[in-house]
Amino acid sequence: MVVAQRAPSWLSTSALVQRIGSVVLFVAVWQVAAAAIGSRLLPTADAVFAALVRECVDGPLLFHLGVTLARVAAAFVIAMAIGSAIGIVMGRSRTIDVLFDSWLVLLLNLPALVIIVLAYVWFGLTEAAAIGAVAVNKIPAVAVMLREGARALDRRYAEMADSFRIGRWRTLRHVVLPQLYPYVFAAARSGLALVWKIVLIVELLGRSDGVGFQIQVFFQLFDVTRILAYAIAFAAVIQVIEWVMFQPLERRAARWRD
Amino acid sequence: MPALSADIREKRYKGAGGAPARVALAGLSLAVTAGEFVALVGPSGCGKTTFLNIVAGLDRHFTGKVSVAARADGSAARIGYVFQEPRLLPWRTVAENISLVLEPQQDAVVSEVLDAVGLSDARDLYPPQLSLGMSRRVAIARAFAIAPDLLLMDEPFVSLDHDTVEQLRHVLLKLWRARPTTVLFVTHDLREALVLADRLLLLSASPGHVVAEVPVRLPRAQRGNSAEIESLRDEILRHHRELIGTAATPAG
Repeated sequence: MVVAQRAPSWLSTSALVQRIGSVVLFVAVWQVAAAAIGSRLLPTADAVFAALVRECVDGPLLFHLGVTLARVAAAFVIAMAIGSAIGIVMGRSRTIDVLFDSWLVLLLNLPALVIIVLAYVWFGLTEAAAIGAVAVNKIPAVAVMLREGARALDRRYAEMADSFRIGRWRTLRHVVLPQLYPYVFAAARSGLALVWKIVLIVELLGRSDGVGFQIQVFFQLFDVTRILAYAIAFAAVIQVIEWVMFQPLERRAARWRD
Repeated sequence: MPALSADIREKRYKGAGGAPARVALAGLSLAVTAGEFVALVGPSGCGKTTFLNIVAGLDRHFTGKVSVAARADGSAARIGYVFQEPRLLPWRTVAENISLVLEPQQDAVVSEVLDAVGLSDARDLYPPQLSLGMSRRVAIARAFAIAPDLLLMDEPFVSLDHDTVEQLRHVLLKLWRARPTTVLFVTHDLREALVLADRLLLLSASPGHVVAEVPVRLPRAQRGNSAEIESLRDEILRHHRELIGTAATPAG
């Protein structure tokens, strides 16, 4: 019994050790290489971490990080909601699918930069234009994934729900949505990855706060140390969101597969 | 007034990609009395499932009339449907699959029907963890849980081994005696129909319609290995040679 309980925890500890070892190795290589090159344009790891701590404690890093995360959250929620709705409708109705499929393809292939520039030109350098531009970049990909999900809905389950007269709302909530969850999660994961990168560009081009704006300032100063400090802080936060929000939700939704 | 009366003039499926339309049912009419157990027997592909879907209200594209008697209080009849595949939602536990078709807070009913099919221990399992026989039991429990006025069963025992089929028939009859309801039971297995039903309706090959009606008067307890059932079966097969081939296979 003791062995059975210990084995998994020992295994996961070893996985954690390996992961940490990999990170330590990366930092060590960086440190040695930067020290050997000795250029202002490739700061050492300890200089970057010192800058990171300084920017957090005395500098405005946390403020800009917060602003950027708020934009990521807003754009993400809007893109998921609108993209899912479009995808489900297109997946269920052949007519609408045929009518709008080429719109979707066009939007998918439009470079993010073009959408951002057009949004700023048409709607001004506003918060709404910034968040809207990010959302529009993500909507077509969400729609395509949810369309797949809606097409794959099992008609036999719908018939079951129908014959037992369980009602529209219960059918949607307990029969339809669970079949869409895997597609929603796939869209959400790739969505977060895309959105947080585009948000920086939007900020760089037309906002006066946020991580993207700060990166631009440091770019003009050729301050690579602080560019890296901001990048590391932001990437780490996104990774934590992935760990504490997405992965537990996904495990919960998939628990019947065990 | 019968619990179910159906008079289907025609049900046709549109031909896919320019193929001619296929007539699945033509001139199928029948009536079932309240509390009766009727078996619908016919060769594969004669439109039995199509007919059940029409009765269940899943398919409204047909000409003719189907009426299911309303309940005493005037509300619409409750229909329980046991599909050919169990159609349990894999992401809900056995108990959750049953509670889905009930009003909220009916845990007692869930426990009761699970107990009746002998699956009390499986209530928290997920359907992928069940054998086909167990899944079929859950599907039967789910249909009985709503206290149906009409129970539709579409070949609920196919693809099971002989012993499991015997057990499931026993479970079904026990449930049905404890919770009497009108049953329309579709099968291609003549012997199964003779063992279970009060009355058999024999369907023609496609397009399906009723070609004969056979009441079974022998008490169910005596039907097990009865010579009478066998001779009834032989007689039916003599008059309806088209049933041979699909129905002549041994039970199960």
